[in-house]
Amino acid sequence: MYESRGGYRAVRKALKMTPDEVVAEVKKANLRGRGGAGFPAGVKWGFLPKDRTTTLLCVNADESEPPTFSNRVLMEDDPHQLLEGTIITGYATQAQVAYIYMRVEFHEQFHILQKAIDEAYAAGYLGKKIFGSDYSLECYLHRGAGAYVCGEETGLIESLEGRRGWPRIKPPFPAVEGAFRRPTVVNNVETLSCVPHIIERGADWFAGIGPPHSTGPKLFCISGPVSKPGCYEAAMEITVGELIERDDMGGGMLPGRKVKAVFPGGVSMGALTADELDMKMDFVDPGNYGLLGLGTAAAMVVDQDTDMRMVLRNVARFFGTESCGQCTHCREGTAWMYRIATRMEEGAGRIEDLDILLETARNMGMMPGLSICGLPDGATFPIETIVKKFRSELEEAIRAQAPGRVEAVLSAVN
Amino acid sequence: MAWKAIDRISPVVDADAAPVLSEPVKAKIRSFFDRYETKRAVLLPSLHVVQDALGSISWQAMVEIAELLEIHPSDVIDTISFYTHFWTHPKGRKVITVCRSLTCEVMGGAAVLEELKKQLGIDEHETTPDGRYSLVTEECLAGCDHGPCLLVNEKLHKRVAPQDVAGILADADNDRIAFERSDLFDAPRDKVVTGAAAQEDGAQRSTSKDQEKRRAD
Repeated sequence: MYESRGGYRAVRKALKMTPDEVVAEVKKANLRGRGGAGFPAGVKWGFLPKDRTTTLLCVNADESEPPTFSNRVLMEDDPHQLLEGTIITGYATQAQVAYIYMRVEFHEQFHILQKAIDEAYAAGYLGKKIFGSDYSLECYLHRGAGAYVCGEETGLIESLEGRRGWPRIKPPFPAVEGAFRRPTVVNNVETLSCVPHIIERGADWFAGIGPPHSTGPKLFCISGPVSKPGCYEAAMEITVGELIERDDMGGGMLPGRKVKAVFPGGVSMGALTADELDMKMDFVDPGNYGLLGLGTAAAMVVDQDTDMRMVLRNVARFFGTESCGQCTHCREGTAWMYRIATRMEEGAGRIEDLDILLETARNMGMMPGLSICGLPDGATFPIETIVKKFRSELEEAIRAQAPGRVEAVLSAVN
Repeated sequence: MAWKAIDRISPVVDADAAPVLSEPVKAKIRSFFDRYETKRAVLLPSLHVVQDALGSISWQAMVEIAELLEIHPSDVIDTISFYTHFWTHPKGRKVITVCRSLTCEVMGGAAVLEELKKQLGIDEHETTPDGRYSLVTEECLAGCDHGPCLLVNEKLHKRVAPQDVAGILADADNDRIAFERSDLFDAPRDKVVTGAAAQEDGAQRSTSKDQEKRRAD
């Protein structure tokens, strides 16, 4: 079915080009990684050492950032597009083996993708001498076992090697020394799904969509109390408000619900208030609103009836649970932020807790240079933006607490 | 929390246990060897294979896996203890995994979890005395467009409301997904449910219909 609609045409075209030409084409298209960091994929491939003998390709399908599900949609509905992108990328990087690292909670998607791989092998699109060329690629599905940090590229590699998913200190970057100490390329599912279209329609077509710094179509997820939660494709020109309101996208809020806050790029990027919905969903604009970046472009709406203390606690809990525990600041910081947020939600918060949260958040992560991976940065931005942007509401809630609760909780601790 | 150990990851050590891995399971594990450069990398696939065959990974199973992969048993524990998916003591025949991430909680996931606790009579990370259900919570299941959602073994139930819980629990097929399965990762299934248990399970099968209806509304 995929093939009858033009599928696997791009890979035939790519195999007639040289690998360097494929890399150059993707570089020219300025395809930026869709997994969260937005690093240009072509540049990443260019980091591979020229004198390498073995190259590995890892497809990052460990999508676990709440509330992201665009990879799930891609694998459910178009697994062969991903495989085609994998083959082309494998050819461009001259990889011998491609591992698709999929999170274990994807059961249905696992069976769909496994079936697609079996079909591709049967048709001779994977394995030895693909499409009659000299290029061979083996492709294996590797299942994770429930860890958010395995979506970090070096965490993924450690996990692939059968170890704890502890991110590695960089450098060496995976392109130089990755899985099994071989040069390794790690790319997100959505990034690879863009590659066939770049090859088939040309870099100029791809670069012509959206602003120059954020080229190509992008999948936007929208969830929460909106009329039509789902995954929608658009150029990176739309605003958060459009994503929520447009009829062909979120379709507006559910009756009686109003926007209070939006997490426009997955929870780790931070929150927007209802007044900031004109933010553009591209790789640059989120920075102007105090956010970490575009992230996974999965917007999540919080409605007016939701207690921001609950949101704070939920987000803090997520990162507290998923911190891998290697770096002290992240392990202790996320855990204490969770405890403080829990106490606040239980009605025993103090005004100074808000400043403690901000101080903790400032002292974690790669940006102050205190951690191995970016997880604590992702943990600090939602906490910081919630506390800063919703401070009056949080303070009001703290002042409205029943008297004596704080003392009772603190004396129970001491 | 990285610092917080959950009960389900502490194995019971029994030095005199009889071997637990059958020959087909071992063969399945060996079939992964040529996929990776090191045998250690086969650890995650073998843990999946063993858990799918035996339900959980006992201390004895870890020792035998270590032997197959030519690593030390402590390496196996080291890896297992990092991941939330593996069970080192017996779990229920069906594991209910409730998503507790932001979208699901905003959409009412906490109430679903409370209802499940009430109806099953157990808390998070516990198993019912009859061994039918285990209840766990997990971070985002990537089903945010249909929150709140929960998994029963492999099947994702979407847009679950507290009033759906009774129906889901009564549905014997609540863990079946409609895809052809590769035999590599067969989950333990209660294929041998017969007689009274089957009737009890099959008493109410209207769950998905109810959910369809609500989705249409």
